[in-house]
Amino acid sequence: MHKLTKSFSHLVLPISVMTLLIIINLIKGADYFRITMVNGAFYGNIPNILFGASELVILSIGMTLVTAASRGQDISIGVSATITSAVFVQYVLQAGEVTLLTIVVGFLLSCVVGLFLGAFNGTLVSVFKVQPMVASLILFTGGRSIAFMIDGKLSPILANDISNHIGTVIPGVPIQTPIILTVVFIALVAVLFKTTNLRLYVETVGINPNAARLNGINPKKIIFLTFLIMGICTAVAGFIAVNKAGRHDSVNLLKLIMMDAILAVAIGGNSLIGGKFSITGSIIGAYTIEMLNRTLLRLEIEPATIKVFKAVFIIILMVVSSPVVRVFMKKALDRVRTWRLSLSQPKESALSTTYIAEKEEE
Amino acid sequence: MLSETILEMKDISKSFPGVKALDSVDFKLRKGEIHALMGENGAGKSTLIKVITGVYEKDAGLITLQGEPIHFKAPEEAQNKGIGTVYQEIMLCPNLTVAENMFIGRSHSPVVNWKQMNEKAGQLLDSLGIPASPVQELTSCSLAVQQMIAIARAVDMECKILILDEPTSSLDEDEVHKLFKLMRELKARGVGIIFITHFLEQVFEISDRITVLRNGKLVGEYETTSLSQIELISKMLGNVLEDITKIKKHEPIVSDTSIPVFEGIGLSSAAGVRPFNFVVQRGEVNGFAGLLGSGRSESARAIFAADKVTGGEVRMKGKRVKIKTPLQAMKQGIGYLPEDRKGDGIVDDLSVRDNIILTLQVLKGFFKPFSLKQAQTFAEEYIKKLNIKTPSPNTPIKSLSGGNQQKVILARWLLTNPEFLILDEPTRGIDVGTKVEIQKLVIKLANQGMSLTFISSEIDEMIRTCSRLIVMKDREIVGELKGTELTETDVMNVIAQGGKNICTN
Repeated sequence: MHKLTKSFSHLVLPISVMTLLIIINLIKGADYFRITMVNGAFYGNIPNILFGASELVILSIGMTLVTAASRGQDISIGVSATITSAVFVQYVLQAGEVTLLTIVVGFLLSCVVGLFLGAFNGTLVSVFKVQPMVASLILFTGGRSIAFMIDGKLSPILANDISNHIGTVIPGVPIQTPIILTVVFIALVAVLFKTTNLRLYVETVGINPNAARLNGINPKKIIFLTFLIMGICTAVAGFIAVNKAGRHDSVNLLKLIMMDAILAVAIGGNSLIGGKFSITGSIIGAYTIEMLNRTLLRLEIEPATIKVFKAVFIIILMVVSSPVVRVFMKKALDRVRTWRLSLSQPKESALSTTYIAEKEEE
Repeated sequence: MLSETILEMKDISKSFPGVKALDSVDFKLRKGEIHALMGENGAGKSTLIKVITGVYEKDAGLITLQGEPIHFKAPEEAQNKGIGTVYQEIMLCPNLTVAENMFIGRSHSPVVNWKQMNEKAGQLLDSLGIPASPVQELTSCSLAVQQMIAIARAVDMECKILILDEPTSSLDEDEVHKLFKLMRELKARGVGIIFITHFLEQVFEISDRITVLRNGKLVGEYETTSLSQIELISKMLGNVLEDITKIKKHEPIVSDTSIPVFEGIGLSSAAGVRPFNFVVQRGEVNGFAGLLGSGRSESARAIFAADKVTGGEVRMKGKRVKIKTPLQAMKQGIGYLPEDRKGDGIVDDLSVRDNIILTLQVLKGFFKPFSLKQAQTFAEEYIKKLNIKTPSPNTPIKSLSGGNQQKVILARWLLTNPEFLILDEPTRGIDVGTKVEIQKLVIKLANQGMSLTFISSEIDEMIRTCSRLIVMKDREIVGELKGTELTETDVMNVIAQGGKNICTN
């Protein structure tokens, strides 16, 4: 029991926020979880959230890794995804007949571009020690113009059946394709963590780069690697986004999504100054944000004012989860506990603090 | 001129969990004297300073400032009472002018009278003989002048006591003399100066009196003229000169003809150690002796390529190998426990388990992670072997005591089963019990055939464990001692003579 609470303690925040949102939604209407079948596919509040959050979930995974290793954030992700998807769209448009192979090759090509963009940011951060936010500011500023130049015009349209299927549903499959792609991506990430020491290396580099180096880990390589992974994440997210939209809007595609991605990392219980991280937390965080967006819509808040409510919600959330409040709550809890113990068994109350007391200061 | 006491400290004690940093220490500072506070790392110098300046609160004892008992709770209170402190790193704003740096944060008025401020600064600089103009930017001054400006800032607030914590460590000889001139000027004005440094020559040049601390205890207060350099060293390092006739517990198991485990020729690193040769035999325990800053850690780091290697060649068991990164050193079977446990050793948020398996895991490779079960087995094995006190292998290492953290780092290296393990200050800042355990472990490992280099500030620890000592001074090897020459007297002699009389091997 004790062990269980410990290993899941970092998920307390995202899960409790999600629970709160579900309760609000259920109060609004008991039909929140209802799923309907339209043309052989599932629709409803929950599938909509899973569908809508796909890109955010994928980008949050990359953001978590970059944050953990480099102690900073990549703010160019939405723009990078716009560039990778522009390449994908151009490849598809230039092919005469669109086959599955065209799409796959186009996607792989966009992944290469994603890796290149990741390598660009990664080199600035790892080799030149530019702060991640400043390094990615370059692409953030100029990236959409690059995407527009690749497009050659405003919003080229991606009108083919396969793209349509990827963006919505494949006939005969009841689950929307972006949801499936996201699940596959998460599974691949899980395999990556299972088969490599990525977690140990990234956490060590994020917590103590000196110790990492003296134990044979090259912090530069690891930071660079996280940016490469981020590059792949942007390519996948761009691929999903552009197929969903059916056209490539170089101005608005995934606009300002880095804000939500950073927020997802924070809600996921991760420190934004690096170190230990939880991908699961970030994924739940990403879905929570989408759920919040849709909850506000469901509460029939006027779309123009929706951002104010979102901001208020987030402020409350961040204050409640801040170390200051956490310490206060812990003290209050301890006081209640000691008080209760003193009623029953006065002797045991001091035990829990023994190890903390042994901690030495130099 | 002699005598009025300005600051008197009696029976000062200060404990941190697990460590008694100060154990009823007395300290007395007179008006117009330069008083050197000496001791090796962990002796309690900085704790004493921090108690005076109100950074720490004392646990017990009495401090009187000009006969009036004081009890500072914050550094500002000490400042207001006329105690100024200047630290090793210059804590000024480089982009502001000299005058701004001297008066920033001083005035309570919302309006600054620039003209008056610059005039006042000019007068103060002149009177102290500091070659700087009030309006020039701080960055345009040399380090020594910047240091002097920091002193001028401290002195300005009607300073009675000035604490200089290693002010000379980044200055060259010329600059040091300028600083000394300023110190003498202040002394003549009746300021009591507490001077901390690791340079012995400087102590003898400028100080009137010396207080020596060791392991948090007062060794004594002496007139500088009554002490010789060697007596001072022996007081800092402990034990009276004649007191040591320790029996060696261990000698290397090899004859002269066998191939050394490690052989370095002309090694040098970017950290500034002069090229040195170093040979390690199988099953040998050797050590680098010398005062702090003598280059003992830098040499160890050069062997492991912890700092950028700038020259030299390395042979492992007679075969020439390339060691340019820590990973290459690890692959050759070299291990290195760093001096700075917090900064270079522990990965504080990670569990004890992850900290133990880290190095072996890196050696095994990125694509070959240990299963959780395997990692747990390793961790449990070493927690038991080294008697590490931790609630569980899952506990973050940061919640362990210093001694137990050090054991975890040791476990990390022992798990890789190195042929040559370098321990740089493994016993620093940890409790006496663990110190003894670690020394015993070193001898046991050597008996099993491992070669070890053991570095410690405490000479007696090295004498007890090492069969050969390489003595360093000013980043250079000045002598080597073994067998019957291994006594503290000999070590101190070599340090004091500083290579003028290199011992025969």
